[in-house]
Amino acid sequence: MSWLTNFVRPKIQAWVRKSEVPDNLWDKCPNCGQMIFHRELEANLRVCPHCGHHMRLPVAKRLELLFDDGAYQRIDLPKADLDPLKFRDRKRYTDRLKESQTTTGETDAIVVARGRIGAHAVVIAAFNFDFMGGSMGVAVGDGLVAAARLAIADESPLIVIPASGGARMQEGILSLMQMPRSIIAVEELREAGLPYFVLLTDPTTGGVSASFAMLGDIAIAEPGAVIGFAGARVIEETIREKLPPGFQRAEYLLEHGMIDMVVPRSELKATLVRLISLLRQPAPSAEIVPLPKLSPALLHGPREVQGEAGE
Amino acid sequence: MPTFLDFEKPIAELEGKIEELRHLATSGDINIAEEVSRLQAKVDRLLRQTYAKLTPWQKTLVARHPERPHLKDYIQELIDDFTPLAGDRLYADDAAIIGGIGRFRGWSAMIVGQEKGSDTETRVRHNFGMAKPEGYRKAQRLMHLADRYKLPVVSLVDTPGAYPGIGAEERGQAEAIARCIATCLKIEVPLVSVIIGEGGSGGAIALAAANTVLMLEHAVYSVISPEGCASILWRSAEHAQDAAEALKLTAADLLKLKVIDGIVPEPLGGAHRDRAAAIDAVGDAVEGALAQLRNGSDDYKAHRRAKFLAMGSQMPEIR
Ligand SMILES: [Zn+2]
Repeated sequence: MSWLTNFVRPKIQAWVRKSEVPDNLWDKCPNCGQMIFHRELEANLRVCPHCGHHMRLPVAKRLELLFDDGAYQRIDLPKADLDPLKFRDRKRYTDRLKESQTTTGETDAIVVARGRIGAHAVVIAAFNFDFMGGSMGVAVGDGLVAAARLAIADESPLIVIPASGGARMQEGILSLMQMPRSIIAVEELREAGLPYFVLLTDPTTGGVSASFAMLGDIAIAEPGAVIGFAGARVIEETIREKLPPGFQRAEYLLEHGMIDMVVPRSELKATLVRLISLLRQPAPSAEIVPLPKLSPALLHGPREVQGEAGE
Repeated sequence: MPTFLDFEKPIAELEGKIEELRHLATSGDINIAEEVSRLQAKVDRLLRQTYAKLTPWQKTLVARHPERPHLKDYIQELIDDFTPLAGDRLYADDAAIIGGIGRFRGWSAMIVGQEKGSDTETRVRHNFGMAKPEGYRKAQRLMHLADRYKLPVVSLVDTPGAYPGIGAEERGQAEAIARCIATCLKIEVPLVSVIIGEGGSGGAIALAAANTVLMLEHAVYSVISPEGCASILWRSAEHAQDAAEALKLTAADLLKLKVIDGIVPEPLGGAHRDRAAAIDAVGDAVEGALAQLRNGSDDYKAHRRAKFLAMGSQMPEIR
């Protein structure tokens, strides 16, 4: 496993280190407008205590929240050709990339990690929305292929957590090609008989929703997450109509049969543990120890039998 | 009246002149006949010059040309005994996607693709080639059918993109496209796609995750329309020409990027000037591609997987 780092980071940290954030810092909920103590918001997993609005969660926090003890191993991805088209709009794509790399400290918009969830080995591929809107280009496709293959090698389930506006325009057609590529990755996992969970977070749209993200064995969404193919503005311009309230929100998709469940952030981990356990440990969990086979000699007299029942 | 694109104006003027002269000509007027043939030669030269160096934006306009042959024209010319098959068995029949069984150069095949329509009435009926979930689900159904009967699938792609509407979203546009791509990748029969006009984003790749992907010379294939890209990245749709340039959406660029496998040359002045020749050229190219696939490995699914997995970084082996 040449590309895998052996670097384990036991990242058991308090949600907020006191030194980082002054006590008097406030955040305003974009949904209800209420002021919230920054520390209180962080302690509440960035969910508004007043209205339940789920704000975006940084990838590192997401991984800490889901992996047992917040401990996981990050996977180094191969270095992608970052600008295959030599793309330039008002800015060079390479400059946009560098900016995102500097502000996020990441090389691209996906993080692949392995760890345990409820003691089960699991691989997670999580999108970083702060990196160019979580857009999917070649490097993100690489991450998804790597995550699926790692899960297959580990014989573990894969959880993908999109937070993405869609394809990365600056990689042109090659970003479009990540749609079939990522689908192949999750199909390989499926053929290996391993569970594929998708945790849809805000937003999951465009080419990301129209590929691997909508093909999960089980699709879980965070409350209020925008999930859909076309952007709301594009739809409004096309049909010249107002969109119905709650359009493309997680609850709306649930109602229309597009996802399995909407789960509040505080219950995500427990939900995943339960699902993984149900799919991966189909036998009753109170161990039923099979009786040792009796050899013909033993059939004749009451003698102590040394059981061989292992785990 | 034929439609002329802006950059074709000089050509249009010359052809107008030729028309006028022809009307004036009484039989046997040698002077006029000579003038006509001189002007015709000029038109051909101008067409050759113009079409040899179309900009990406000009190609986009040619790809969208209203007189360019559409799916129905290809089916009519190339497919014998075409029998359209309707409906997704779940919700509706989507006329933006037409599909069915027919005989292509002697062989039974499944044909599927987007139809844009050719006048106001048919454009509305086919929703300008913008499919809804039921269209992609019909395509899935037909591909599975082809798989069951071991028929090769030919898809002809011509769409601005998937339809952005409320109902389409409610019925799972994203899921329908995702599963359509997955179906392209999963079937065990040969799949050949040709981008015949506009290859618009997710709506195009839904039918084009193929063993062989061909493009007509002046077709375009892109992750987003130049207008959409410009309005996002340049904050103004007026920069569509710059976006078309930057997106590398022409057949020549995509061949260089190894995203397509071949280019089908168009008749002089584009497919709309000689529709029959364009259609024949596509027919020949598809026949050639199918023959090549038939002679190669018969694991078409593995072939497709390897091909699309390679469209990214070289991934190290695990263990
Ligand atoms: Zn609130």
